[in-house]
Amino acid sequence: MAQDLTADQALFQFLLRMGDNTLILGHRVSEWCGHAPVLEEDIALANTALDLIGQTQMWLGLAAEVQGEEKSADDLAFLRDVWEFRNVLLVEVPNEDFGRTLMRQFLFDAWHSIQLGHLMTSSNARIAAIAAKTSKEVACHLERSADTVVGLGDGTEQSHDYMQAALDYPWPYVGEMFSSDAVDAAMVQAGIAPDPAALRGEYDALITRVLTEATLTLPESSFGHKGGRTGAMHTEHLGHLLTQMQWLQRAYPGASW
Amino acid sequence: MPAGYRKTLIRQIGQHAHSEIVGQLPEGNWITRAPTLERKAILLAKVQDEAGHGLYLYCAAETLGVSRDELTEKLLDGRMKYSSIFNYPTLNWADMGAVGWLVDGAAILNQVPLQRTSFGPYARAMVRVCKEESFHARQGFDVMRKMATGTPAQQKMAQDALNRLWFPALMMFGPSDAESTHSEQSMAWKIKMNSNDELRQKFVDQTVPQIEFLGLELPDAGIKWNEARGSYDYSDPDWSKFFDVIQGNGPCNVDRLAARNKAWKDGAWVRDGLLAHARKKAARKHAAE
Repeated sequence: MAQDLTADQALFQFLLRMGDNTLILGHRVSEWCGHAPVLEEDIALANTALDLIGQTQMWLGLAAEVQGEEKSADDLAFLRDVWEFRNVLLVEVPNEDFGRTLMRQFLFDAWHSIQLGHLMTSSNARIAAIAAKTSKEVACHLERSADTVVGLGDGTEQSHDYMQAALDYPWPYVGEMFSSDAVDAAMVQAGIAPDPAALRGEYDALITRVLTEATLTLPESSFGHKGGRTGAMHTEHLGHLLTQMQWLQRAYPGASW
Repeated sequence: MPAGYRKTLIRQIGQHAHSEIVGQLPEGNWITRAPTLERKAILLAKVQDEAGHGLYLYCAAETLGVSRDELTEKLLDGRMKYSSIFNYPTLNWADMGAVGWLVDGAAILNQVPLQRTSFGPYARAMVRVCKEESFHARQGFDVMRKMATGTPAQQKMAQDALNRLWFPALMMFGPSDAESTHSEQSMAWKIKMNSNDELRQKFVDQTVPQIEFLGLELPDAGIKWNEARGSYDYSDPDWSKFFDVIQGNGPCNVDRLAARNKAWKDGAWVRDGLLAHARKKAARKHAAE
């Protein structure tokens, strides 16, 4: 199907992928509010969620413009169903414990920062501008999540075990960030975005350095779950997340908040 | 520093800090259900501010020789209190407006005079806290305005939130001066500058015209303009309910404290791990020098 995409349709899909990643991860992180292990982490988690939701407003706002159906970023966030979401599966897996949450954040931040670095030179000026703004926030996210992964991996024996388990679980979801399809080919051709597969080397170098310092072992399996970026498959978790996130908009259609 | 003065301040600043921390929960309850991206961002920023207030206040308390962990343990095992207002549930989206407008509004009236309180670190913490709180109160009013002028269902939510939170907000100023346990001594020490009743009246006088502006019904049939006093008369809250909540029988006391205890207990391995890492790092640095 993707072969027949027009340039705008491909761009729309790309923007949904960017915005849905930040929306769903921002939502997940916001679930922590008031429940963190220490006050500074409550503040940091809220701050990360806030950045990601702000980034969502930009990506989905631009997506809605490109779509050209007079919809808003809110319409896209609150009125689509599971199969219309284009986020990678990694961001929709549940928080579980603090270790899992921070490891998921680190694995995403590492990709996100590399991706935004490339998008800063996008041929699309709007995308380059969003990347320039958000890459500063994401650099802070990465610094914090990497530091925390190192601190907990190289902490006590107990925290090390938690972090190893926190790495083993999401690992099969990492590969999806680097799978390329026709949408990506169209983005590469238009000079809008890099080929996801081309980012893998830089990513592996970055995470290997941090995880080694954290005394953690990269799982050997190279199996990867896929489907989120294309909408072909999501986890069961996404529907529950949307049930909560979209409830007011669904229950009171047309109201202004 | 007189021992009694120090003890009173630790109690008051500690309770204030705890209130900011527990206060994350009733609003956190709606972050995942916020109806728009903008409202979600605003609410996140607001709750983040509250956690920040907790941090300044614990720091102010630490200058009196008590650690944050010590205060936290007293909160968790019930030896210290937090503001009873956070033992009420947030049941509909308009509560996010009413909490900002009424609860933060009442807190501001309590806190503005504290910028001149006799203990410097507390007074200085309050300067920043008050700036942020007044922003919160205005955003709360903005949510209420949107709801009060919205669809019939939204108007119903706004009225429900106002009706439920009105008397608990009045109770935030504490019992009448005659029955308040700590008031007299605190006023003598200039920790406290105004009486509970004085601030409560001020709150009623500023809030009633706002309720009228929103076009909502007054939550108390006893509210009437008193020409002679130049103030609104209002019904006294049912103080037996206030004492019920203080004694642990509010609608959310058990759940709020359980949530804080769970967060602390579940987070133990994180705190231990980060501390162990910091020590290893320091030792490695020391060995390298």
